[in-house]
Amino acid sequence: MEENKGFENLNVWQKAHSFVLNVYKYTKAYPKDELFGLTSQYRRAAVSIAANIAEGYGKKGINDKLRFYNIAEGSINECRYYVILSKDLGYVNAIESLTLYSELIVVQKLLSSYSKSLVRNTTTNYHLLTTKKLKTMANFYLDNPSMKHHLHHPLMKRIVELKERGFADKDKYDYAPLDFEDAMDSYEKVLEIVGEICGDIIAPNAESVDHEGPTVANGRVTYAKGTQENLDAVRKAGLMGIAMPRRYNGLNFPIVPYIMAADLVSRADAGFENLWGLQDCAETLYEFGNEDQHQRYIPRVCGGETMSMDLTEPDAGSDLQSVMLKATYSEQDGCWYLNGVKRFITNGDADIHLVLARSEEGTKDGRGLSMFIYDKRNGGVNVRRIENKMGIKGSPTCELVFKNAKAELCGDRKLGLIKYVMALMNGARLGIMAQAVGLSEAAYREGYAYATERKQFGKAIIEFPAVYEMIALMRAKADASRSMLYETARFVDIYKALDDISRERKLTPEERQEQKRYSKLADAFTPMGKGMTTEYANQNAYDAIQIHGGSGFMKDYACERIYRDARITNIYEGTTQLQVVAAIRHVTTGTYLNRIKEYEAIEYKPELQNIKSKLVAMTGKYEKLVAMVTETKDNEYIDFHARRMVEAVAHCVFGYLLLQDANEDESFRRSAEVYVNYGEAEVDKICSFVSNFTQEELAAYKQA
Amino acid sequence: MSLKIIVLAKQVPDTRNVGKDAMKEDGTVNRAALPAIFNPEDLNALEQALRLKDACPGATVTLLTMGPGRAAEIIREGLYRGADGGYLLTDRAFAGADTLATSYALATAIKKIKDYDIIIGGRQAIDGDTAQVGPQVAEKLGLTQITYAEEILNVDEAARRITVKRHIDGGVETVEGPLPIVITVNGSAAPCRPRNARLVQKYKRALGAQEKAPAPACHPEGVNQPAYPELYETRPYLNIPEWSVADVNGDLAQCGLSGSPTKVKSIQNIVFQAKESKTLTSSDRDIEDMIVELLSNHTIG
Repeated sequence: MEENKGFENLNVWQKAHSFVLNVYKYTKAYPKDELFGLTSQYRRAAVSIAANIAEGYGKKGINDKLRFYNIAEGSINECRYYVILSKDLGYVNAIESLTLYSELIVVQKLLSSYSKSLVRNTTTNYHLLTTKKLKTMANFYLDNPSMKHHLHHPLMKRIVELKERGFADKDKYDYAPLDFEDAMDSYEKVLEIVGEICGDIIAPNAESVDHEGPTVANGRVTYAKGTQENLDAVRKAGLMGIAMPRRYNGLNFPIVPYIMAADLVSRADAGFENLWGLQDCAETLYEFGNEDQHQRYIPRVCGGETMSMDLTEPDAGSDLQSVMLKATYSEQDGCWYLNGVKRFITNGDADIHLVLARSEEGTKDGRGLSMFIYDKRNGGVNVRRIENKMGIKGSPTCELVFKNAKAELCGDRKLGLIKYVMALMNGARLGIMAQAVGLSEAAYREGYAYATERKQFGKAIIEFPAVYEMIALMRAKADASRSMLYETARFVDIYKALDDISRERKLTPEERQEQKRYSKLADAFTPMGKGMTTEYANQNAYDAIQIHGGSGFMKDYACERIYRDARITNIYEGTTQLQVVAAIRHVTTGTYLNRIKEYEAIEYKPELQNIKSKLVAMTGKYEKLVAMVTETKDNEYIDFHARRMVEAVAHCVFGYLLLQDANEDESFRRSAEVYVNYGEAEVDKICSFVSNFTQEELAAYKQA
Repeated sequence: MSLKIIVLAKQVPDTRNVGKDAMKEDGTVNRAALPAIFNPEDLNALEQALRLKDACPGATVTLLTMGPGRAAEIIREGLYRGADGGYLLTDRAFAGADTLATSYALATAIKKIKDYDIIIGGRQAIDGDTAQVGPQVAEKLGLTQITYAEEILNVDEAARRITVKRHIDGGVETVEGPLPIVITVNGSAAPCRPRNARLVQKYKRALGAQEKAPAPACHPEGVNQPAYPELYETRPYLNIPEWSVADVNGDLAQCGLSGSPTKVKSIQNIVFQAKESKTLTSSDRDIEDMIVELLSNHTIG
C-alpha cells in the first residue's frame, strides 16, 4: 500500500524525473539548429512522462488515473525513439544512449506494474466503498417518521374496511390480511421493502440514469442501465400492480400506501416515478375495461409489464379535444386499427398502451374520441424519436407512429375523453403530487445536509438566519405538501372503493352520500394539491441550489438534478394555470371553505391555539377576498384573480392540515408555525393586491 | 428431475457498524449490542440459489441455519425472497461451536435432509471471517467444492455437471464440477434480490417453536403470544421446523463447545482512543483516503 503523501514518493515518478534531468543535461550539448527541433521535442516528451504520472496521481477515479498513465506510457515510447535517433545522429555516444535507454525501460516497467496494482487495489477499495455506502444508505420509509404518521390516519380504518370487504380474501389468498391491524402491518412491511429499494438501488442509480438516459434504435427504446436495474428490482419485489385486486395477482392496497410508495420513489429518483406511476393505467383499465380485458391485461401489469397512456399529439397538448389519431373499425377483421402520431408519450414503448383516438369520423370535439388498448405484442406502433429533456431524463418521452396498429376498444365509444381520460388524469395528477412531494423532501434533505456540513466565516452556514430560514421554510413546504397529498389520497380511496363496491352491489343511501361527499372533495383537492405542491417542489429545489451556492450550480451535487426534475411537475398532467381552472369552481361554490370549517371544528391542544387563531383570521380574509372578486360578476376579472384566490385558500387548507398533524405529533409543530406564518403573509399580500386593484387596471395587462 | 438446493446461512452480529459497546470486557463480541443480520455473503449465496430456481422449473431452495431461536429470522428472510422452506438447527448443545463443530452439525443436518444437489453458502461470515465452514462441510460429506464463486453459469441436470465462475487473485476462472457439490459464494457475486411484497405478507407470521413459545410473565416485553395462534394449525407453512442434536442424530461429543478443538490463545483488546478528530468531506477522494488509512493500520480488512 503506497504511502499517501504525494507523487514525489512514487518510485516510478522518481525514476521518470531522473530521466528528465538526464535528458536536459545531454540535450544541452545538442547542435543549436536542433533547439526547436529534436531538443525541444525530446525534452517535451521526457517531461510529459513525469508530469503525467504526477497528474494522474492526483486524479481520484481509477479511469482518470489510467488515462494519464496511458499518456505517460506513450511518451515513454516516444522517448525511446529519440534515444535511438540521438545516437544514430551521433549526438550521444553508445554508453550515454544505453544509460538513457535502460532508465526508460525501468520507468516503463514500474509504470506498468504500478497501473496494474492500482487497478487491483482500487477495485478492492471500491468494493469496500460500495458496501460502506450501502450500509449508510437509508431505508427511505424508515428514515422518515412522517410516513408512518400519515399511514396511520384514523380514516384508514374506513378505507381498509371498504377495500377489504370484511376480509373475505383471507381464505382465498395466503397473502391477504386477516383484519385491519394485519392489513396495516402488511402495508408497513411492503413500504419497508419499497424504502429499502429506494435507498439501496433507485437513489444510487439516479445520477447515472440522469447522465445516460434511454436510447432509441429501430423503433424500440432501451432504458438506461440503472433504470433497467430499478425495474428489475421492483418487479422481483412484486411491487407492480400494488392497487389491483388479488384476483388479478395484485396486492389490493388502497391508494394511500400506493401513493406513499410513489412519494418514496420520487425522493430517490423522480424520473423513475414516471415508470412506476404508470401502474395507474391499470386502474383505468380496471375501472372501464370489461372482465375479459381485466383477465388478459391486469395480471400482466402485476407481473411487471409496463404501461403508457397515449393522449397528446403534436397539435393536441393541453387541448385534448383536438386529438386526431384515427381509429377505424374493420368489419372484416372485427377489430379497430389506429393510424397517426402521438407525441410526448411517457414510456411510449410500453407493453400495454391506453390510447385516445378519434373513432367517430367527421367529429372535431371531445365527443368523437374513444379509448383503446394497444398491445405491443400485436405490433404496429414504433418509436420515431425520444425527446431530449431538461429533467426526468431516465423516463423516455416518445414520439409514436401508429401504422395500422391493431387495438381494442376500452369501455364505450365516445366516452374516451369526457369520462375515461378525465378519470385517468385525476389519478395521474395525484401521482404527480406524490412526485412533487418526493422532490420537495429530497431538495430539503440535500439543502439541510449541505448547510450542516458547509462552513463559512468559521461556522456551519445553517447557523446563519438567512440560511436557516430557507431550510425551515423548505421543511414546512415539504411537510404541508405531504399532508395535502395524503388527505387527497384518502378522499380518492374512499370514493373509489365505494365505486368498486357499486359494481358488485347497490350502495346503501348512506354509502351513496359518502361516495358523493368524498368524490367531490377529491375533485376539489386534486387540482389544488397538484398546483400547489408542484410549485413548492420547484421552490424547494431552487432554494436547495441557493443553499449550495456556487457548488449547487455545478453538476457535482444532486440539487441541480432535482431542480431540473422538478421543473416538469407544474407543467405536465395540466399546468398550474389549468389546475387553477379546475379548482376555481370549488372556490366559488364553497367546497374548500366548507372543508376548512370542518377543520376549524376539530379540537386542538391549547398550545396550538395561537396557530389556529391565525388560520381563522386567514380564512376570514379569504372569504372577503372571494366576495370582493366574485361580486363583480365579471368572468375575465374573476379568471384574472383566480390563481390568487386558489392560493389564498390553499394556504388555509395546508395550514389546517399541518395543525392537525401537530395536534397528533409534536414533531410537526415547527412546520405548522413556519408554514402558517408564511401563509398568513401570502394571504395578506394577495388581499392587498386584489383590494388595490380595479377592473380598469386589467387593460395594462392585456396583450392586444 | 428437479434441482434440490440447500442454502447455508448464518445470523451474525453486524460487525460493519461497530459502536462502542461492540466488545465485551473479555474481548468477545457483544452480540446483544449489535443488530443481528443475515450474513452478507450468505445473501449472495441465496441469490445464486434463487436464480437457479428461476431458471430451472421445479427446483427447490431450502435454508439451513444454526443458532438460537431468534435465528429463525434467517429462514423468514429466505422465505420472503422465494425460498421454499428451511430448518433451524438449535440446541444448547450446539452452542460455543468452532468451525469444526459447526460444520459437523451442518453436515449431519444435511445428511438428514438427504436429498440435495447443490449446497451453497457464503464464503465466510463477518463475525469470524474464517471461510472454513463451507469447505469443511464439503469434506465431511465427501463432496466436491467450488469456493469463491461469483456466478453459477450453468447446471446440466442430465449430465449432472455445474459450471461456475469463481473469483481468483487478479481475475476470474470458470470451472466445472459434478453434482452434488458444495459452493461458497464471494461477496463480489450479484447482490441478493429484495424481499417480495406478496411473500412477505404470506410468511410474515412464520415462527420457529421457540419464538412461538410464550415468554415467561417476568419477561421484560411481557408475554409474547403469537397474534393469531390458530393460524399455525390452518397454515402449516408458518411453522419453521427446529432441529435439535437428537433430531439430526448428532454425536453430542462432536457438537458445540465439546466438539470444538479451537482454543483461543489470547485476545487482544485494541481500544482506539482518539486524540484528534478528522473532518472528512463526502468526496470520494476523502473516503477513499480514509479507507486506505484504515486498511493500512488494520482497523478494517
